[in-house]
Amino acid sequence: MKKNLPILLFPFILLLAVSCRPIDGNSGNTSDSPANYIENKGSDTIVNLALAWAETYQGEHTDVRISVTGGGSGTGIAALINGTVDIANASRKIKSEEIDEANSKGIDPVEHIIARDAIAVIVNPENPVHELTLQQISDIYSGKITNWSEVGGQDRPIVKLSRETNSGTHVYFLETVLRLGNKEDKTLFSTDTLLLPSSEGIISEVRDNPNAIGYDGLGYVPDDLKLVAVATEAGMPYVLPSIETVNDKSYAIARDLYMYTDGQPTGVVQQYLDWILSEEAQAIVAKLGFVPVKK
Amino acid sequence: MEKSLTLREFIITRLIQASGYSAILFVALIFFFLLREGLPTLAEVDASSLLSIRWYPIENYFGILPLITGSLIVTLGAALIAVPFGIGTAIYISEIAPRWMREILKPLVELLGGLPSVVLGFLGILVVSPFLRVFLDLPTGLTAFTGSLLLGGIAVPTVVSVAEDALDAVPRSYREGAWALGATHWQTIWRVTLPAARSGVLTAVMLGVGRAIGETMTVMMVTGNAPVMAVKLGSLFSPVRTMTATIAAEMGEVANGSTHYHVLFFIGMVLFLISFIVNIIASSVVFRAKKRAERILS
Repeated sequence: MKKNLPILLFPFILLLAVSCRPIDGNSGNTSDSPANYIENKGSDTIVNLALAWAETYQGEHTDVRISVTGGGSGTGIAALINGTVDIANASRKIKSEEIDEANSKGIDPVEHIIARDAIAVIVNPENPVHELTLQQISDIYSGKITNWSEVGGQDRPIVKLSRETNSGTHVYFLETVLRLGNKEDKTLFSTDTLLLPSSEGIISEVRDNPNAIGYDGLGYVPDDLKLVAVATEAGMPYVLPSIETVNDKSYAIARDLYMYTDGQPTGVVQQYLDWILSEEAQAIVAKLGFVPVKK
Repeated sequence: MEKSLTLREFIITRLIQASGYSAILFVALIFFFLLREGLPTLAEVDASSLLSIRWYPIENYFGILPLITGSLIVTLGAALIAVPFGIGTAIYISEIAPRWMREILKPLVELLGGLPSVVLGFLGILVVSPFLRVFLDLPTGLTAFTGSLLLGGIAVPTVVSVAEDALDAVPRSYREGAWALGATHWQTIWRVTLPAARSGVLTAVMLGVGRAIGETMTVMMVTGNAPVMAVKLGSLFSPVRTMTATIAAEMGEVANGSTHYHVLFFIGMVLFLISFIVNIIASSVVFRAKKRAERILS
């Protein structure tokens, strides 16, 4: 009967062995993968574009595998800093703290502008308001204007929708619209701004709720929502976002989209990034509602 | 032969003992991990800033009060819905329903318990929240109350399942005794069966509340996540941000070891502490009730 002891203990030993494994397994994730494998992660704004690029590119280069995941610009850059991705997608510029942190881990982030994006301010089609100045949008989101009647609409409360704080779109909107590009400005989103975890959440609430105002990448706004024309200042022309108005810089809330690599890219990553700036890849940009970078 | 039997007995007892202790070990390890990642918060953020009413971590505003009140109000709302409904359903299934009805109801309730919370979240966004906005004439349907309704729905199966088992375990002789004294069906349920099953019913309530306070996906989808202080009665009908939704929404983004990262773990500690307190109160109530019952019986 004594023989049974090791048998009874076996599952526990197995359990111990299994629980130890991930600790050795985790760190070597990228070094194990073959040389023609590209790990691409980051901004949710870019994720559809990155997926479309990856699909087309893999169709033409069958030996290259590209894995694309979203999660937000911060997530992508954090992954680049931790050395788990080859390319980080970001819809904002990398912050100086992030560069410092990367440098302290021996990572040297190099920036590539890969497309442009315009943020569209959207309202429910029933809402009669169709144009706002940047200052008015700022006052709405910071809580100084709380009723649509103050900006020429019906007597309805304003429900402000925003992306979560980990979204590059959120940070960009804060800097460009709420603070009107002024770095000294400490204006914050009013606390009763709804922070929704996804673009879809914002779109479905705006579609459904006549009180709502939201913002999202132009490429993600469906046709059944109403775009608001934006003027940089009162008295300036109100401009609707479109590929033309973004490229001629007349639309105020537009930005560059980035990919970051560790050091100057080499090998397959370099070929992929070169291809992204080609006419073929930039045509995909336009197709998805973003704005191609002019070479 | 006899010797091997005692040896086998010994090993089996020890194994069972080990699995019993492992629960304590795991809780201790988790708590230790939370402390290690969360305590640096106290060195990095002033207590006054931590107890302020502004949560905006990307600009270093780490006031966690809005998140705590947000979680509490959603959970309170959920408990107010789940406890009466849950216990009522349990009483109906265990005491009143005919046998065939019970056999339909119990599996159905358990099936409801198996619904993934993200599915309920979808239901909340597409059906419940638009309906509440129009029906109650609110600015938006993404409110604490929407979260409470859905969390109540999530907690009900847990409450029903555990409470029904507790009621079912009350010996038939108790009820027969009550009936023999001329008590009506309702009097028997209210004065005899329910008090006799009290500790089990209380456990059911606690498990339900625990399920509600820890639920993440649904609340993140339907409560709007606006970090406002939820201290007025009207807060129930405005957007709130819960602790769980905050951790889930922000954990993916933070740099490992940053202040924000530590604060998120600190919130985890607070959450752990709250459920710990809830459990202690529950078990002390059960304990006191038992002692009183023993006194009366002796």
